[in-house]
Amino acid sequence: MEKRKVLEVNNLNLELDKSKILTDFSFDLEKGEVLAVIGPNGCGKSSLAYTLMGLSGYEEKSGEIKLNDEKINGMPTNKIAERGMTLAWQEPARYEGVSVRKFLSLSLKSQGEEVNDQKLAEALEEVAIVPSKYLDRKIDDTLSGGERKRIELASILLMEPEVVILDEPDSGVDVVALNNISQVIKDFREKGTGVILITHNEEMLQMADRSILVCNGEILRKGEPEDISRYFKYECVPCEDENYQEHLEVSTFG
Amino acid sequence: MMVDAYKEAGGDDVFADSDVAHIVLERDKVLGTNSVDGLEVEVKKQKKGMVAVKVTILKNYKISNPVHMCFGVLPEKGKQIIDMEVEVEKNASVEIMADCVFPNATEVVHEMEADIRVHEGGSYLYEENHFHGDEGGVKVLAKSNITLEKESEFKTIFNLRKGRIGEIDFDYESVVKEDAVLEMIARMQGYADDKIRIREAGDLIGKGSRGYLETKIALQEEAEAEVLNELTALADGAKGHVDCTEIIKDNAIARAVPIVDVRDPGAKVTHEAAIGSVDNTQLQTLMAHGLDEEEATDVIVQGMLNS
Repeated sequence: MEKRKVLEVNNLNLELDKSKILTDFSFDLEKGEVLAVIGPNGCGKSSLAYTLMGLSGYEEKSGEIKLNDEKINGMPTNKIAERGMTLAWQEPARYEGVSVRKFLSLSLKSQGEEVNDQKLAEALEEVAIVPSKYLDRKIDDTLSGGERKRIELASILLMEPEVVILDEPDSGVDVVALNNISQVIKDFREKGTGVILITHNEEMLQMADRSILVCNGEILRKGEPEDISRYFKYECVPCEDENYQEHLEVSTFG
Repeated sequence: MMVDAYKEAGGDDVFADSDVAHIVLERDKVLGTNSVDGLEVEVKKQKKGMVAVKVTILKNYKISNPVHMCFGVLPEKGKQIIDMEVEVEKNASVEIMADCVFPNATEVVHEMEADIRVHEGGSYLYEENHFHGDEGGVKVLAKSNITLEKESEFKTIFNLRKGRIGEIDFDYESVVKEDAVLEMIARMQGYADDKIRIREAGDLIGKGSRGYLETKIALQEEAEAEVLNELTALADGAKGHVDCTEIIKDNAIARAVPIVDVRDPGAKVTHEAAIGSVDNTQLQTLMAHGLDEEEATDVIVQGMLNS
């Protein structure tokens, strides 16, 4: 697969209610690469995802976000999606009255593609969901969080994005679903989609090509997933520790 | 012409089918009727613009196909008053699809006053679908008195299928006797200066009676809605639920007043009311799939209205 940067983030800063959430955040992502983002709860991982996607309320204070060499700062979320970056939420939304078929069709329509049940069925099968049982179901409380997660992943598969941000795809799913999600990440990689994988799960982390450890909105370390994981588990001090700054490491890549 | 306007607006072509009973009324003119076994329909002009319609479903008859009633006013201006009486006799059942068509309205008034009695074991489903023009020049005033005898069932569903609401004022009163079931559902979307007022009231007077009132409204621009849902439980085992959801945008105003009145310790009535803007996670998820804000809002609102 050709080596090409699809996403570049330079010195990104985010403040919410005058609190620093992300500080001088810089990294890049190559085509078909899986970059894991780990860190304790509340360290800014999801805020990073929302800022990259240009969500309302998460407008960066400064810094640059480039998708395929195009600056996307300030673009509305749908324009960023049109340019090939999307997000799968930690807690996927429920849609009263919206069927799985309708939801998946929107992904095809937004790509200007013709909707047909065969394409929708293939995407559902890829996340191990039986199309005949689910296409007419509504995306509401009758579906579990794990089912909604997989349906959202199916919709993203249909979008064929350049970059996908997966915000804790492993949370709230059973072991079988976890295997399906792992397979989908492999599929993204094979298709050349760059993946930003926000996770706490050891197994998921091992799928990554590189990893970054986030603490208090800053990148504490970058490196091989195994090294970062080991550091996080055995050497990392709590973010609240006054000496945590000493653990900040000069980037060795990106 | 009425049927053409109805079909053009998206209605089903059922009026040529001899197995489907129907009535077609344009203002006070009867344009067509067809009846089937077990169904009696009398239509009589009372005065200019006013028609009395009496519908009787005879004892033990189950009308298999929905009965279609097509009401409307075709010119830009006009008035239609319908005085409706419905008797569903013992153990009879019927499903009525009322299609109200006002495609060109700029100053149209449609008034309906209905007395409905569903006798013991009877069942009456009334689905009202409105097809309006884009001018909002329709005023719909509907008043119903409903009596549900022992073990009967009544369900009404209101949908605005096309165009702008204009002004709607519903006032439904019902009395629900032993083990009878009342269900009233209204779904609509208001734009511009549309005005919606809905009052639905049910007195659960019979032991084991049931009542369910559900209203879903989406408003934008300067539209306003007021929903007053009242359920009163007066007998042992009576149960009910009131559910009102309103989504607002722009300068729209929504009010919901659920009244739950329980006067028997063996009865139970619950209520839920939620008024707010479109859910942010829903909206942003769809935008992350490439839909702009308007398209995403439309998917969410239509989903809510169709649920």
